Amino acid sequence: MTITASAIARDVLADADRRETSGTDRRVEDTAEAPVVRLDGVFRHFGETAALDGISLSVRKGEVLGIIGRSGAGKSTLIRCLNGLERPDRGSIEIEGRDITGLSEAELQPVRRRIGMIFQHFNLLSAKTVAENVMLPLKIEGMPRAERRKRAADLLDLVGLSAKADAYPSALSGGQKQRVGIARALAARPALLLSDEATSALDPETTASILALLKDINTRLGLTILLITHEMEVVRGVADRVAVIDAGKIVEDGPVWSVFSDPKASTTKSLLGAIRPSLPPAIGTALAASGETVLSVDLVGPEAATLLPALSIELGAPIRLVHGGIDHIQGQSVGRFFITLAPGASLPQAIAFLTRHGAHVETTGHVADHV
Amino acid sequence: MSPIMFDLLMRSLWETVLMTLASGIISLVAGLPLGLALVMTGKGGISENLWVNRVLGAVVNGFRSVPFIILLVALIPVTRFIVGSSIGTWAAIVPLSIAATPYYARIAEVSLREVDRGLIEAVRSMGGNRWTIVREVLLPEALPGIVAGFTVTLVTLIGASAMAGAIGAGGLGDLAIRYGYQRFETTVMVAVVVVLIVLVCAIQWLGDRLVDRLDHR
Repeated sequence: MTITASAIARDVLADADRRETSGTDRRVEDTAEAPVVRLDGVFRHFGETAALDGISLSVRKGEVLGIIGRSGAGKSTLIRCLNGLERPDRGSIEIEGRDITGLSEAELQPVRRRIGMIFQHFNLLSAKTVAENVMLPLKIEGMPRAERRKRAADLLDLVGLSAKADAYPSALSGGQKQRVGIARALAARPALLLSDEATSALDPETTASILALLKDINTRLGLTILLITHEMEVVRGVADRVAVIDAGKIVEDGPVWSVFSDPKASTTKSLLGAIRPSLPPAIGTALAASGETVLSVDLVGPEAATLLPALSIELGAPIRLVHGGIDHIQGQSVGRFFITLAPGASLPQAIAFLTRHGAHVETTGHVADHV
Repeated sequence: MSPIMFDLLMRSLWETVLMTLASGIISLVAGLPLGLALVMTGKGGISENLWVNRVLGAVVNGFRSVPFIILLVALIPVTRFIVGSSIGTWAAIVPLSIAATPYYARIAEVSLREVDRGLIEAVRSMGGNRWTIVREVLLPEALPGIVAGFTVTLVTLIGASAMAGAIGAGGLGDLAIRYGYQRFETTVMVAVVVVLIVLVCAIQWLGDRLVDRLDHR
C-alpha cells in the first residue's frame, strides 16, 4: 500500500516542529547538538552470561540505525534498556541528552512518552478498537478526548487504515496490525521510534510495505528510528547505518552500503550470506574441477556497472560472468561478481586492472594454471 | 403437587436466587481485587512483592480448604456480628460470600495471569503507570475470563447454598433434603431438580452470551 496522505504527514511534521520550537524545556534546545541516543560502556549480565558486554553507541537525530545480530546476541536487552524496561548493570544511557540509568520507574514514565515502540507481535490491546489503541498513549499523556480522536484519525490516515478505525485488532491482517502499532507508536509525537523485530512475523511482501512506511515516516517527519532485527533485508530496506552485535558486543558499525559491500567481521559476513551473492558450491566445484580460476570482484560506485566490459577490452578477450550482480543500497551501486577469464588471458593483468579501478579481488580455484 | 408445595417451591427458589446473587456479587466485589492483588504481587507482577503474595495465597488457601459445612458453623459468631442473627437466608449469605470470595479470587487470578505480558510491556513503554496497566490492560483484556469465572462461581454457589439449610436458610437444596429425601416425596425431589437444572442452564447461558459479546480476541 502506498501512502498518499502527504498533507497529513506534513501536519504531523508541523506539529512536531511546533513542539521543538515552542518548548521551554532546556532539554529540547539540547537536542540540536546532542544525539537522540547515546550509550557508553553499557553492561548487562544475566547470571554468568553477558547480554550486553560494553556497548557504546550513539544515534543522531533523523538517523535510521539498524542493529542486527543473531538470536541471543543481546539485541532485545539493548532495545529494552533504551526505554528503561531493562536496567543495565553499568554504563550510561542518555536519551535526548539525559542519563536515564538512575531514574526511578515514575521518573522514567515521561521519558518513555518520548519514545515510541513497535513490537514483533504487535501487542495491540484486543479489547480496544483500532482507534482506541492509537489513542491510548494520548490518554496516558492526558490529552482531552476530542483532541485524541482527531489525532488518532490523522495517524490512521497516515498509515492508510482510516477505514478500520472502529474494528477490533483481531479483524486485521498482520501487516494492518503493525500499521496500527506504528500509528500508536507515533501518537505521542516521540523523538525516537524503537522497532523490536517489527517485521519478523510478517511475510516478505508485507515486510517490504512496512519498511517502506517506516522509511517514509523517517524521511517526512525526520523521526529518528532504531530498529533491531536478525534479517539483513530489513537493514538494507530502511537503515542508513548498521551496527552488528554479537555476544553482547558491537563488532561492526558503519553506513549500510559500506558494511554490505565490505563486511569485516565474520558475524557480518555470515549474516550477509543470505542476501549477498556468493558462488553456489556446485558451480564452484565444477569450475575447480575443470581447472578454471574464479575471480570474486567487489566494487562500490558507478564504475561497478562498467568495470567488466572495460576489463574485457583491456584483456582483448571475453570474460565470463558466472554469478553475482549489482545491488543498489542507499543510492550506491554495490557490485559483487564472480568471473572467469578466457583461456590464455593474463590473470595478473586482470587483477592489476581491477585493483587499479578500486575493486577488491580474490581468486579461487586453480590459480597456478594461469600464472 | 399441592398448591402449598408449589408455594414452598417458589419460596425456596427465591431464597436460593437471593443467596446465590447476594453472595455472588459480594464475592465478585471482594474476590476480583483479591485476584488482582495475587497477580500484581506475584512473581514478575507489576507490583511484585512475594511476601504479601505468600500471605494472601495462604489466607486464600486456608479458607478454600475448610469444607463449607464446617465453615458455615464455624462462622456463626461472625455471622451473628454482621447480620445480627445466625439463622435464616441472610445469615447464610455471610458464610457463602466468605467461601466464594477466595474461590472466585483464584478464578480471576487465572484469567488475569493469562493476559499477554507483551501488552503490559507495550503500555509500560508508552509511559503508563501500574494503574494504567490495571485499568487499560489487565481488567479489559481479562474481562471475558472474569465474566466466565463469575458464571462458574454462581453455579457453584447454587450447589453450596443447599447446605445452608443446616442453619435454617431455606432454599431449593433444603427443600429437596427435607421433603424430597427425608419424607420420600419424589414429586418434590423431581421438581426441585428440574428447577435447579433450569436455573443453572439460565445462568450459564446468560454468562456465555455476555462472554461472547465481550470477547474480541
